[in-house]
Formats: sequence, C-alpha cells, structure tokens
Amino acid sequence: MGHTAEGRIVLSADDVRRALTRIAHEIVERNHGLDGVVLVGLQRGGVWIAHALADILAGIDAATPVPVGAIDVSFHRDDVGLRPIVPGSVTDIPDTLDGRTVVLTDDVLFTGRTVRAALEALNDYGRPRAVQLAVIVDRGHRELPIRPDFVGKNLPTSRDETVTATADGVTLR
Amino acid sequence: MKHLLSVDDLSATQIHELLELTDHMVEVSSRPIPKVPALRGKNVVSLFFEDSTRTRTSFDTAAKRLSADTMNFAVASSSVNKGESLRDTIETISAMGVDAFVVRHKSSGAPQMITRWTNASIVNAGDGWHQHPTQALLDCYTIRTGLNRRDSFDGLRIAIVGDIKHSRVARSDVQAFTMLGAHVTLVGPPTLLPPSLDGWPVEVSHDLDALLPHLDVLYLLRVQRERMDDALLPSMHEYSSMYGLDQRRAAMLAPHALVMHPGPMNRGVEMVIDPADLPGSQILHQVANGVAVRMAVLFTLLGSGSDLKGDAS
Amino acid sequence: MSRVVITGGTVVDQSGSRAGDVAIEDGRIVEVGTGLSGDRVLDATGCIVSPGFVDLHVHLREPGKEEAETIETGSRAAALGGFTAVVAMPNTDPAQDSVAVVEFVRQQGRRAGLCEVLPSGCITIGRNGDALAPFGELAAAGVHLFTDDGNGVQDPQLMRHALEYAGPLGIVLAQHCEVAALTKGAVMHEGSCCSRLGLPGWPALAEELMLFRDIELVRLTGVPMHFLHLSTARSVELVRRAKADGLPVTAEATPHHFTLTDEMLDTYDAVYKVNPPLRTRADIDALKAGLADGTIDAIATDHAPHAPHTKEAPLDQAPPGMLGLETAFALANTELDLPIERVLAVLSWQPAAIAGVADRHGRPVQVGEPANLAVIDPSHEWTVEPTRLASKSRNTPYAGRVVRGKVRHTIFGGEPVVVDGNATR
Repeated sequence: MGHTAEGRIVLSADDVRRALTRIAHEIVERNHGLDGVVLVGLQRGGVWIAHALADILAGIDAATPVPVGAIDVSFHRDDVGLRPIVPGSVTDIPDTLDGRTVVLTDDVLFTGRTVRAALEALNDYGRPRAVQLAVIVDRGHRELPIRPDFVGKNLPTSRDETVTATADGVTLR
Repeated sequence: MKHLLSVDDLSATQIHELLELTDHMVEVSSRPIPKVPALRGKNVVSLFFEDSTRTRTSFDTAAKRLSADTMNFAVASSSVNKGESLRDTIETISAMGVDAFVVRHKSSGAPQMITRWTNASIVNAGDGWHQHPTQALLDCYTIRTGLNRRDSFDGLRIAIVGDIKHSRVARSDVQAFTMLGAHVTLVGPPTLLPPSLDGWPVEVSHDLDALLPHLDVLYLLRVQRERMDDALLPSMHEYSSMYGLDQRRAAMLAPHALVMHPGPMNRGVEMVIDPADLPGSQILHQVANGVAVRMAVLFTLLGSGSDLKGDAS
Repeated sequence: MSRVVITGGTVVDQSGSRAGDVAIEDGRIVEVGTGLSGDRVLDATGCIVSPGFVDLHVHLREPGKEEAETIETGSRAAALGGFTAVVAMPNTDPAQDSVAVVEFVRQQGRRAGLCEVLPSGCITIGRNGDALAPFGELAAAGVHLFTDDGNGVQDPQLMRHALEYAGPLGIVLAQHCEVAALTKGAVMHEGSCCSRLGLPGWPALAEELMLFRDIELVRLTGVPMHFLHLSTARSVELVRRAKADGLPVTAEATPHHFTLTDEMLDTYDAVYKVNPPLRTRADIDALKAGLADGTIDAIATDHAPHAPHTKEAPLDQAPPGMLGLETAFALANTELDLPIERVLAVLSWQPAAIAGVADRHGRPVQVGEPANLAVIDPSHEWTVEPTRLASKSRNTPYAGRVVRGKVRHTIFGGEPVVVDGNATR
C-alpha cells in the first residue's frame, strides 16, 4: 500500500469491490434471500454503495430485483443550528417501507449520529420490518449505541484523522 | 442570512439555493408523515397586521412541518389597535421567546423597522406596496418546475399585467425574475405604473395582445376596485376589456405558456376566463409551492446554520 | 451696570470684517475696539462676532404639543444655535389666529428670556382654509408674518382676498406651497426612490403649482409674499424669474433641503420624513445656487420637534418634521461653499428684514446698536448627539454626524444667554 497526496491508502479499488461482493452475499445469507429487501443509500456518501450492491445482488439472484433509494437526513440531524447544513440530493424512497427489510448503506461509520438521524427519517416512510446497516469502513468513536450489520473493514483511527471511502479505494489522512 | 425582508437582499445564487432546498421540502411534504424535526423547539410567531388567511396558514403549515412551535396574531383585533405602538407589540411578544417573526403590514418598511426592536429573524410576508419576497420565490419555483428551467430563466419572456404601482408582488417578482435572467415586460394603464421606472430592468407596454403569443409566462395581478375611486381607472369594465384575460386572449397564448396569479382573484376583472379552463394555469401550484418555499426560507433562517462557521456537511 | 466684553474675535457684519473686541452695557454695544476690558469677559479667540441669527420658521409646539417642545426648550435650542429671534409658526393648538394666543406665546418667550419669540399669525381661522383670520387685530398686536404653514392655502380666491386685505396693513403673507390634491397620502418625494421603496410620492409639481399661482397673485395685487421652505429646482427658478420681474417676493430654504436627498428614506426611518420632502441631488444644487445668487434670501430651519415615540411609527403614520435650530450654522458653514459674510447674511440680517425686526436684530456690530449677537467658531468640530440637544425631542436627521461650526456665545438683549456652548438659563 502506498501514500497519495490524499493520504495513506488503506483499501485499494479492488479491495473495495471484493468487500462489497462479500457484503452482498452476507445480505442474502442473513435475510434468507432477497424477498422484501430494499437498499437505501445515505446522502451523500452512501448512495453509490446502494447502487453498487444492487448491481452485485442482481448477479447473485436475478429473479428478485432489489429496489434502491436514497435518503437525505439533513432535516433530522441533532446538530441543526450548530453547524452549517447543506442538503444533498432530494430523498427518493421508491415505495412504502412497511414490512420491508431496509439495508441502509453508508461509506464511513463514525459517531453514529447520521445513522440515528436516518433511522428517524426512515420512520416517515412506513414501518420497516427491520433495518440493517452496511458500511465500507467502521472507524470507531461511536457516540451512540449504533452498530453495523455488514462491514467492509474495521479501521481504528484517531478523532482528528479523515477517512474517505469511494469506489476507487479507502484513504486515511 | 438572518432576515428575509426583500428580494434585493438576495443574490441569484441564494435564490437558486432556496429553490433547490424547496425541492427537498416538496419531498418532505409528500411523505406519509410530512414532518421533519429540523426546527424543533423554535418559536415562529406570525404577526399579520393586514388580513390574509391564505398566507398566514401557508407560513403556519410550513413552520409546523419543520416541527417548530407557532403562534398567530391577527393584529387587527388586538392591543395594537388600542393604541399600543408597533414597537411595544414587538418587544412584548419577543420577551416571550421568539426565534422568527413572520410579519405582514400595510406600511412599506415596517418589517425593516421591526428588526431594530428584536433579536428574532424577520420574514416579510408583505409590507405595503414594497415587497413580498416569499411570493416571488414561490413564483420562481413554479416557473422553474412548470417550464423545467432549473438553471436559469435566460431568454424567458414574462409579462406582469395590472396594478404595478401598488403591488408588492410586482416589485418582488421583477427583481427575482430578472435576477434569474428573464426578460420582463410590465403591462397596464399608465396610471397604474410607478411614477418612475428608473433602474427597473423592464420594458413597458400598453398593448397586451401584441405580447401574448410570445410569452412564456403571463402573470396577472389583482386590480382593486378602490383604484376607480382614486380616479386611476374609469371602470373595472374598461380595465377588463383592455387587459383582462378572456377566452380570446387565452387562445393567443403559446401552448406552453404559464398563467399565474398571486391570488385572490377578481373574477371578471383581470381574470375573465375560468382558470379551470386554462391548461397553463399554475394558480393552484403556486399555492401548493408556497408551503414548500416557506419551509425552505424558515429552514434557511433558523436551521441551516448558514451564518455559522464550520464545515458544511 | 455690568459690562460684558467679547474679546479676541473677528467682527463680521453687513459692512465687512474687522478684528475687534466688543463691549456691551445695558443691552447695547457701547464700544468696539481692541484691548477692551469689562466685568464679564467672553473669550472669542478664533471666533467670529456676528449679528445674532433670525429663524423665520420654527415650530415651538406650545400651546398644544408640549410633550414635543415648549417655548422655553425651543428658545434654548435657538439660543444654542446662535438665534436671537425666531418666528413661531402658528400651527399650535389652539392656533395662533387670535390675539389671546399670540400674546400667550409672546409672554412665554419673554419668560424664557433666551431669544425673542415672534409669534406668526394664521392666514385663515384654525388654518382651515375657509375664513380669513383677523389680520388687522393681529397686526395691531405686533404680528408681522402670517401663514397657514403645515398646509398651503388651497383656494385661489381666498388667497387673492387675503393678499388684497393684507396690503395696507404692511404685513407679509407666507406660503407653505403644497397643492393638497396632488400629495394625498404622500410620505416622500415622488421619483425613482419612492417607486422602488413602494411609497406614495409628493411630486415637485405640487409645490411649483402653488408657487406659480401665488407669484401671479403677487403680480396682480402688488402685495409682498414670502415663500417657505423651497425644495425644488423649479421653485428656485420661479422665484428667480419673479424677482427679475421686480415682484416683491422673498424665499427661504432649510438646511435639510440643501443637504439630504430622498435616498435617506431607504432606511424607512421616519426621522427623514418631512414636508416638503427631501428631494434629489439636482434640487440640492439648485437650492445652493439660489442661496449663492440671492434668489433665496434666508436659511430658515423649519425646526419641527416630535415626541420620540411618534417618529418610531411606520412612515405613513409618523408625523413629518425634523429638528434644525442647533445644527443650522454648522451645515450652512460647511455645505454651502459661500464666503462667511454671505452665510451670515442668510442667517441673520436678511431674515431679520423679512421678519420685520431689522430695527433690533441682524443689526451691524456698531456702537449704539442693540446687543443681539452670535459668537461663532467656524472651525469647531462636534458630533451631533440627539440626547445632548436642548430640544425636548430627538428627531434630528444628523445623529452621529460630525459637523463643523459651533456657537460659542450668544448675547440676547445684552445678556449672555449662551456661554462656552452652554445655556445660562
């Protein structure tokens, strides 16, 4: 592994792809198939992951297409008024979430506050049967009792470091 | 951004940001539970010194959808009429803990004066003949979605017809539409135009028929009967025949053209044809968009932290 | 009797300018020279010793609106502004349309003892515009100027009769030129500013139309008239032509009209609301030119106090008017670009003549003349602070402005009523 101008490369693009494939299989295993599963990407960093997983899942089980949505949680944050908030793209949830299994996807799990906001926001779209969380990187430093169901890599970090996770790889700065 | 008093306080970029944010608010409003906690614990007080159930409930709905607490004062009947000064009213209510005042007043400049007497954010819901910024924003949003112009209004031809002189909607719309790049023509009898159009980026016409086929947006203003008493107009009938939208004029509009009106309508005067028979009518969309736009404004003033330092996320 | 001496100043009056001390006894100037001494010395180093100023247009609000100003507080403001005489406008309550009210006002002025208060009379009873006020009685009671100020006299027939009637009495009718039908609801100048701000406008024509009418009435009747607070370029031109035609007309302008434009109303602050309204740069330039070439004879402040809470109302509800007595000299000093003699002419001896008090105010600074003097420091810079003005009200449009030119001492009837910038009573 090397360094780039953006920091230390922790996972390469290939590593990320392999992790996503593994996560996809874990999703199928955990849910005994894909019935009722919906992928919802967290704005902004988690949306590409939801689409990537949907593509991989289509290869695993073409008969059960998995709907993909995106959710923006700007209005559900607990730090409204404390820091500047600029919403990403508009929330787009394909269907009601009543009785569905929502797999929330995000790039990096950190304090857990964004996921908490997402859980609250999801409530406005129905009552899911279950919500599971898939992330590329878990970097620790949780401030709330939130834990991921599917993880690409556990990465111990210090608070002032920055972690970036994209389809091109994961870097730590 | 602390206050929204006038469209000319905004840059074109800020208008775009508010319109983008409105898309989010439209989505929130379409949820099974159309409510987000963003302004929880904030107190939004409406002070309407001039009657308007429609605008007041629009703001009230907007605040509630963001989980703010609201209070409404329709001041025509309250202590202000018993001689309490505007300043005392504001200071008294502010003392109860107010994050934002939504103010409509018959005197131009009243919301601006109010900023001196409170720390709350002030949203101008219409002051005299001066400005009605949220109306202009919802009008822009309506045109944006109605003509699918998300980036700019460059090249759009908009005519605003009616009593421009006494219209805060016209003043706000002229600024907003031209800031986004549209070409605006003011149409109406000379007595209903402002004394000076120096510095207004508009053209003027007294021949509505000639303009109609080329318009992308026909914006009709309400003409009040009082204008006859002030010897500004001979009769409503004459106004209607020269500038009213009837069957004949509606047929001259291009198929894609939007017809808009800020409400309430004077049927038979500026609007002769029934808007239900007008495929291009956006009037109900304007009302619906009003709530979302006002949500965007309230969120920007009270929740977005846009004047705070720190990384946006 | 005590001898007051003003030392170290430069005397400037209608005959010119010369260094000199001035000694005063018993209400009169008894000596003008160098190295004078006396019982009471007022230092005038760096100052000009001028005949005291006369303000043709002041609202003292008493009787009727004492919460805004009284004759005493207004007189004090006048004295601090270098004025030894002021003409009190008649829009009091009750109006100055009877000898009883006029006498009351004069008495109150005497009691205050800070300047001479000259009550003006109304042209019509109650300023209603319907019936003539008793000019004869009021003239016999010493009233020289008559006006319905606050309003113009709308009826041309009545105005004609008023002029004809006034002729033999030797009085002067003064007009607040405003055709009311053109200014209904107006709160500021009609132009691009009011169009942008969404406010009803006061067109220049409303002033010019009545001015034109009255100039023609003067032409018809031969009776003199004085025109209050000119505010438009065209008004200045109309008066210029009238004077060129030899008509007996005089005119005044206020400092706010030659310093402030309608753009001040951008703030919607009612302190800038006034009748006639603040207008444009072109109007300011014309007023200054009028003061320079003699078309406009006098600066008159139209000092119009209003209780603070009334000026905090929205523009359409707030009363019009601004303070002016204590800032007039500073503004005339710096904004007019005129030699000091001309500034003093329009502040002192020219208005004194129009007010009919040229026998005792605006007199040359010479032995034997009544001692009504202003000692002014044209280089003294100071900041206008509303709470430190002597007026009971605070509505000055110059709050926070640094201005140059201050009255150091004022002598009224031989008595120092202002010493070192402070009133002595």
